[in-house]
Amino acid sequence: MSKQNLKGRVHSFQSLGTLDGPGVRFVTFMQGCNLRCGCCHNPDTWDFNEGTEYTAEEIIRKAVRYKEYFKENGGITVSGGEPLLQADFVRELFEFAHKEKIHTCLDTSGSIMNDSVKALLEETDIVLLDIKYTDESLYEKHVGCRMEKVTEFLSYLEAKKIPTVLRQVIIPSLNDNEENVLKLKALSEEYKCVQKIELLPFRKICQVKYDKIGIEFPFGHLPEPKKELMDSLNALLN
Amino acid sequence: MEHKNWNGFKSGVWQNEINVRDFIQQNYSEYKDDSTFLAKATPRTESMMKKLQSLFTLERQYGGVLDIDTATVSSLTSYAPGYIDKDNEIIVGMQTNRPLKRGVNPFGGMRMARQACEAYGYKLSRKVEEEFRFRTTHNDGVFRAYTDEMRAARKCHVITGLPDAYGRGRIIGDYRRVALYGINKLIEEKKKDKAKLAAETFNTETTRLNEELYQQIAFLGYLKEMAAMYGFDISEPAGNAREAIQWTYFAYLGAIKEQNGAAMSLGRVSTFFDIYIERDLQNGTLTEEGAQELMDDFVMKLRIARHLRTPEYNELFGGDPMWITEAVGGMGEDGRTLVTKNSYRMLNTLYTLGSSPEPNLTILWSTSLPENFKKFCAKVSADTDSIQYENDDIMRPIYGDDYAIACCVSAMKIGKQMQFFGARCNLAKLLLIALNGGYDTTSGMHIGPQMPVLNVEKLDYEEVMERFNTYIEWLSHLYVNTMNIIHYMHDKYAYEKTQMALHDTDVGRFMAFGIAGLSVVADSLSAIKFANVRPIKNSDGFIVDFETKGDFPKYGNDDDRVDFIARDMAHKVITELRKTPTYRQAEHTLSVLTITSNVMYGKNTGATPDGRKASAPFAPGANPMHNREENGALASLNSVAKISYDDCRDGVSNTFSITPEALGRTEEERISNLVTILDGYFSKKAHHINVNVLNRETLMDAYNNPEAYPNLTIRVSGYAVNFNKLSREQQREVISRTFHEAV
Repeated sequence: MSKQNLKGRVHSFQSLGTLDGPGVRFVTFMQGCNLRCGCCHNPDTWDFNEGTEYTAEEIIRKAVRYKEYFKENGGITVSGGEPLLQADFVRELFEFAHKEKIHTCLDTSGSIMNDSVKALLEETDIVLLDIKYTDESLYEKHVGCRMEKVTEFLSYLEAKKIPTVLRQVIIPSLNDNEENVLKLKALSEEYKCVQKIELLPFRKICQVKYDKIGIEFPFGHLPEPKKELMDSLNALLN
Repeated sequence: MEHKNWNGFKSGVWQNEINVRDFIQQNYSEYKDDSTFLAKATPRTESMMKKLQSLFTLERQYGGVLDIDTATVSSLTSYAPGYIDKDNEIIVGMQTNRPLKRGVNPFGGMRMARQACEAYGYKLSRKVEEEFRFRTTHNDGVFRAYTDEMRAARKCHVITGLPDAYGRGRIIGDYRRVALYGINKLIEEKKKDKAKLAAETFNTETTRLNEELYQQIAFLGYLKEMAAMYGFDISEPAGNAREAIQWTYFAYLGAIKEQNGAAMSLGRVSTFFDIYIERDLQNGTLTEEGAQELMDDFVMKLRIARHLRTPEYNELFGGDPMWITEAVGGMGEDGRTLVTKNSYRMLNTLYTLGSSPEPNLTILWSTSLPENFKKFCAKVSADTDSIQYENDDIMRPIYGDDYAIACCVSAMKIGKQMQFFGARCNLAKLLLIALNGGYDTTSGMHIGPQMPVLNVEKLDYEEVMERFNTYIEWLSHLYVNTMNIIHYMHDKYAYEKTQMALHDTDVGRFMAFGIAGLSVVADSLSAIKFANVRPIKNSDGFIVDFETKGDFPKYGNDDDRVDFIARDMAHKVITELRKTPTYRQAEHTLSVLTITSNVMYGKNTGATPDGRKASAPFAPGANPMHNREENGALASLNSVAKISYDDCRDGVSNTFSITPEALGRTEEERISNLVTILDGYFSKKAHHINVNVLNRETLMDAYNNPEAYPNLTIRVSGYAVNFNKLSREQQREVISRTFHEAV
């Protein structure tokens, strides 16, 4: 199983991650994505041919420099892009992390399942599962994969008892309604592994990234959700 | 010795010698719970604060200076008592006879006093001009002794901001001594010291000290007179909390009436006051509201302290600061925390009175501080952007547990150590002078060792370093000598009589040197080492620009290849400085701190190999250059943490701006994450951090609509300022700094 010196394609690092997993985290953004979500705020991570190659050891050497900031609940997070596309590499990185007693967090769309992904999940302490919508037609129209892939992924996490945070970006006119949030809540109640749900407001500061690459921001025409709306949707979860 | 005003205090050696630390250690009560006990502002406090707010507005409308008394030389007893609202004030005492009216203090130099008056539409009175006609000021003395080379270094700005025309400051009297012992006892002890000297051989040192003691004793007497003008007899120890605060404030007030030093710091009074407050609370003579009210009134007095300064001075030290630095918190040598309820009350003034740059509240951070206190500090930071943090865990082993911070980052044992302040040299400029073989292209002056301009197509790292080292050696020697003259003259013509009277007679001295442009130099040398740098010459054959091709590691990304260049540079400079002996055997120290002068230093420096354009501002203090950080906030903090405090005992300043969103989603997360960041940063042996939690948009809006943000406070470089009081140029520089944002 263990293929040493695998190289991973990395988009960038964020030494202070406070939004992707518990506590303070060193976040590695992997390069390359199989989906094309209309709300994506990292379009610069889509293309497999971009990014820089690193070995897992090189990355862990960076991460250990932040150990003092991790305390009890922090650690490393691998996000993307889609980390599952480089599951063998991420697994090796997480193995190294565990040798260093660093907590591991995987931020994923949950759209891929294979033996490599299963092996990766063995080394994963917490999963941030980005469940884009609770509606199959929206999934097909705005994501490019079937929703059942994601629920299957969630079932696997449940079977493996891996703590999970369900996350969803709230996008005006698409999923900014009570019905959707209640559906999400109902879904989460079916899975004991789900610790909490995080509703993330759709943000458009990434417009500049689309402009830079020279492609259209699919949801660029949609507004950001108002704070009051987010508050009322969040209130449904309590 | 016993005194009725000490009833209820635990005895200790403090009763037999001047030893405030022992008094604190024997008597304070540590506090580990949360902030819920705190009281809100009383209606009295609120109405007083309203009066102050309207005075501040008026001061702003008058261009920053409300009024100047041009006919009186500032001293302890030269003004009639002044009040904001006599009947409602709890703590009294004013620098002049009216709030915000500034006095003139020409002892540092007549020219500065004259120019300062003129800058605000006043004229120094004939009376003062006459008084000083036959008097030597500090400034006169320095310029009599400066060599041609010193003048040249100053003129071309390779050494700038030297305290040769203004008060050096950075001395903290142990103002608490007046409260604990009363003036009579302090005079008695100083007289004993003076009598002891009689047995010595009178050489330069002892004769000087003997005269200084005479002056110290005289000024302790004036301090008593000054208090008497306000109706207080401070001969004896303070008998309750109100008196303890009042006596201490009088001592501080005496100091700022006598001296307009650049930084007039307060020390570490909160926990000292707590002992008196606890005694009063326990005997039922004070309530929590009353305790907060005392602190509020005291802090209001600190907030109206002002000095008269010139526009040139403001260029170096923007925002009209006094650096009334108060060190809060920290741990004791015995493992107990020095956090008390009054540490909370001091921070609480930022809520009861609103956020403010002064006093310069400085948390002595230890990873061992009570978690509740850490969280409260983080909340105060997030809410007010008014406090800074310094690493108690690296300072306590050196200075013990009764030290304080002068100015921004200068640690010293209270009442036992002082500092000779020395501004800073411009390392980035020195690098350019070295490449040009002793020619400064911005001023057109020849300076330093003369040799040919480096004549190469591509700069070679080894060759550049060899040359640069030669110039560092030259400048270090010149810098120490210049400082020796300045402080000899300051002692001679503008000695700090009140403040030094509140020190032990046998005092430890530091001589504090500084460097500006460290990140520019580190990145420039990294470019030379790892990329291709081609010097571009002008028609006279001097290097005026660079063409840099290829990528190179940049300071601020936790990359040892360049971070160690910065670290080693600081080490090289302090090592060279130490080779030249100092005036009064002061210990050489070094800071990486720029105040707001990073703008001015940049203005006087040509283009650098890191790609920085000519005249562009430097990053402040030890900060990485703006927007060169590619790996986020912690990488940037890690880079700064590599600069060794052992090399830079006068402090390594880092200013950190982060958006609220980047700290976490909820307030609870933000507070907890900020605590984690501070613990992590200081575990890495970093020295200092200013924390701003705000959005760039807020600053841009304040830049465009200043009237909408009368009280916007931000941390800049070792201190906080009211954003509106910065120059437009300084404001633009602050806005251009890196804001760590959510990605």
